[in-house]
Amino acid sequence: MSKTITIDGKIIPFEDGQTIMDAAMAAGVYIPHLCHQPEFTPHGSCKLCTVNVNGRNCTACTFPAIDGQEVLNETQELIDDRKKITQMLFVEGNHFCPSCEKTGNCQLQGVAYHLNMLDNHFPLFYPDRKVDASHTEVMIDHNRCIFCTLCVRASQQKDGKDVFAISGRGIDKHLIVNAQSGLLKDTDLNVTDHACAVCPTGAILIKRTGYQVPIGQRIYDHKQIDQVSLATEQHKHGE
Amino acid sequence: MYEHLETAENRDSLKRVVVDPVSRVEGHGKVTLLLDADNKVQQARLHIVEFRGFERFIQGRPYWELPVLVQRLCGICPVSHHLAAAKAIDQLVGVDPENLPVSADKLRRLLHFGQVMQSHALHFFHLSSPDLLFGFESDISKRSVVAVLAEYPEIGVQGVKLRKYGQEVIRMVSGKRIHGTGAIAGGMNKSLSKAERDYLLEDIDQMITWAAGSVALIKKVHCSNLPFYDDFATLRTNYLGLTKPDGGLELYHGGIRAKNEHGETILDHVDYCNYNDYIHEEVRSWTYMKFPYLLSLGQEKGWYRVGPLARINNCDYIDTPLAEAARVEFKAHSGEAMVHATLAFHWTRLIELLHCAESIKDLLNDPDIMGSNLVAQGEKRYEGIGVIEAPRGTLFHHYQVDENDIVTKANLIVSTTSNNMAMNESVRQVAAEYLSGRELTEPLLNNLEVAIRAYDPCLSCATHAVGKMPLQLELIDAEGKLIDKLTKHDDGQIERTYV
Repeated sequence: MSKTITIDGKIIPFEDGQTIMDAAMAAGVYIPHLCHQPEFTPHGSCKLCTVNVNGRNCTACTFPAIDGQEVLNETQELIDDRKKITQMLFVEGNHFCPSCEKTGNCQLQGVAYHLNMLDNHFPLFYPDRKVDASHTEVMIDHNRCIFCTLCVRASQQKDGKDVFAISGRGIDKHLIVNAQSGLLKDTDLNVTDHACAVCPTGAILIKRTGYQVPIGQRIYDHKQIDQVSLATEQHKHGE
Repeated sequence: MYEHLETAENRDSLKRVVVDPVSRVEGHGKVTLLLDADNKVQQARLHIVEFRGFERFIQGRPYWELPVLVQRLCGICPVSHHLAAAKAIDQLVGVDPENLPVSADKLRRLLHFGQVMQSHALHFFHLSSPDLLFGFESDISKRSVVAVLAEYPEIGVQGVKLRKYGQEVIRMVSGKRIHGTGAIAGGMNKSLSKAERDYLLEDIDQMITWAAGSVALIKKVHCSNLPFYDDFATLRTNYLGLTKPDGGLELYHGGIRAKNEHGETILDHVDYCNYNDYIHEEVRSWTYMKFPYLLSLGQEKGWYRVGPLARINNCDYIDTPLAEAARVEFKAHSGEAMVHATLAFHWTRLIELLHCAESIKDLLNDPDIMGSNLVAQGEKRYEGIGVIEAPRGTLFHHYQVDENDIVTKANLIVSTTSNNMAMNESVRQVAAEYLSGRELTEPLLNNLEVAIRAYDPCLSCATHAVGKMPLQLELIDAEGKLIDKLTKHDDGQIERTYV
């Protein structure tokens, strides 16, 4: 008999080595997340996937599934916490959806819609961050970086490079690139690298491609992020 | 002219009347009048009091953001900003207007006709028709589109539907009624599907009929009180706008033409990329809106008007039959080479509305709008200039970028800015002729707003601000004491507060 956990009372089978996120997604249960993608080592930094396991909060993307766990996912308290986390991500950077080229394709925006986030709630920080457009084909808009480290992991684990890293702590945390000059142009990043396509916000962009996808054909124009996430990631979690 | 009323000599001894904000215009402005003891106007100014400064904060952004970012200047004519910026960034990717793919060019034109149509319908029916149908000094309860819908339901409903149709054209081409995408550097991101084309074709004949009806209506209104309409806030000015190479009316792309009050050519077929050789802007301390002028005529005589009146005055013909017939009739009514009546802005606006409806039909029947060749590419450049005829007049977008595709410099001259001097002149004229010596009443002050409103000013665009529509009038005596106050609330209720 296979091992199981319950998520909001629903019995979910899992295999040894799977996380709660793996088990949930493979069974078609969406747990909001931004820093997690199944092909990369879980990081547990965005905290959006926080669930309650046997009375204790933990991140579903890093916590192993263990037989008999009772997991709570869609409680009002957890939803409220996730909304607050998302609001904090918005106010801490400069996320201006109306003119951002990632709008409609942005996971941060998609999660905010999913959580019914209607305002920022917290005061905006308006940080003064730069744009690194030095690379001929890729640019970094640091205003939109949420420090999910997906680019860091993609560069290391998929591209076999080490282009990105997170430096500093707390409010001074920031994305850096592996070059003496600190500029993207002096790294070995290539536009075809996985690291260029993995950003869940509009922080890492392929230059001169913005707005080419018409409204109505963007990823989240007709489907919410939970539907898209399950459709594109479900099978990878089952692997 | 009334330049002497721009600045009074003995300002400290005068009563101040403030119309703040001016209502039924796009954005936030105010009028101040300084009156002497006999209620004679000694100074009149239209102040544009808000400021956002897009020119500054788009610096540092990548150029391909411009059409989408800069259109946020405005919720009424965002398409004009979208397309002016798109024309500028076409040049940044090495695509000149003649090299834009035919389908992209026609889709942009279709988008723009939809834009001008909805904006003109909004301005005439929603904002101005109450003044024109009920009278400038009518009871304030009648001065809204709601009253028009109640007393002239057919006209009101046609106005609402004409605007809606224009917005549907925008939605089909750009994905959203307001702030869509569509134009990208070197072309467009989609063409029209057959279903979208057929959907728009369904109602276009009705729109042309209603637009023609609106021209007949404004002609009747104008001509039924001809001396007044030809005289109210009227200025003999220069006019500037784009025309086709053969002098025809042009809204999307053409050369700059300017004529003087007698209809004599000042400029013609000027490549708008050289606009800086012909037009400069002056700054004055009491308003956030600049004052553009033709360099060859200087600051004092070089100011000009733009918009529907300028375009119809300047062009030699219109390439759609009903609008052309309306133009000929319009020009004939005055008997002069140029029509200077400020209230004729309304008449010409509706001639353009008709032109847009006819042009939309022509384009919908053109298979190119369903074409698949939508984007061209050329050699990168570092400077791009896009100029378009927005609903309110000639709109200039000028950008410079660095080697990393980042905007380093931007200059926008929006339509309302070009009409700044003219609006101030019209305000001064109305103040001098209609208010001086009369007791202050709210309807009388609406005359001032009627003069401003004729220009369909978009104060948001001109200063990049968002406005509110309630109205507040304050009467302050010569010692600076508030002695009377009228407040119009959001719901149209008037409250008088004696201090």
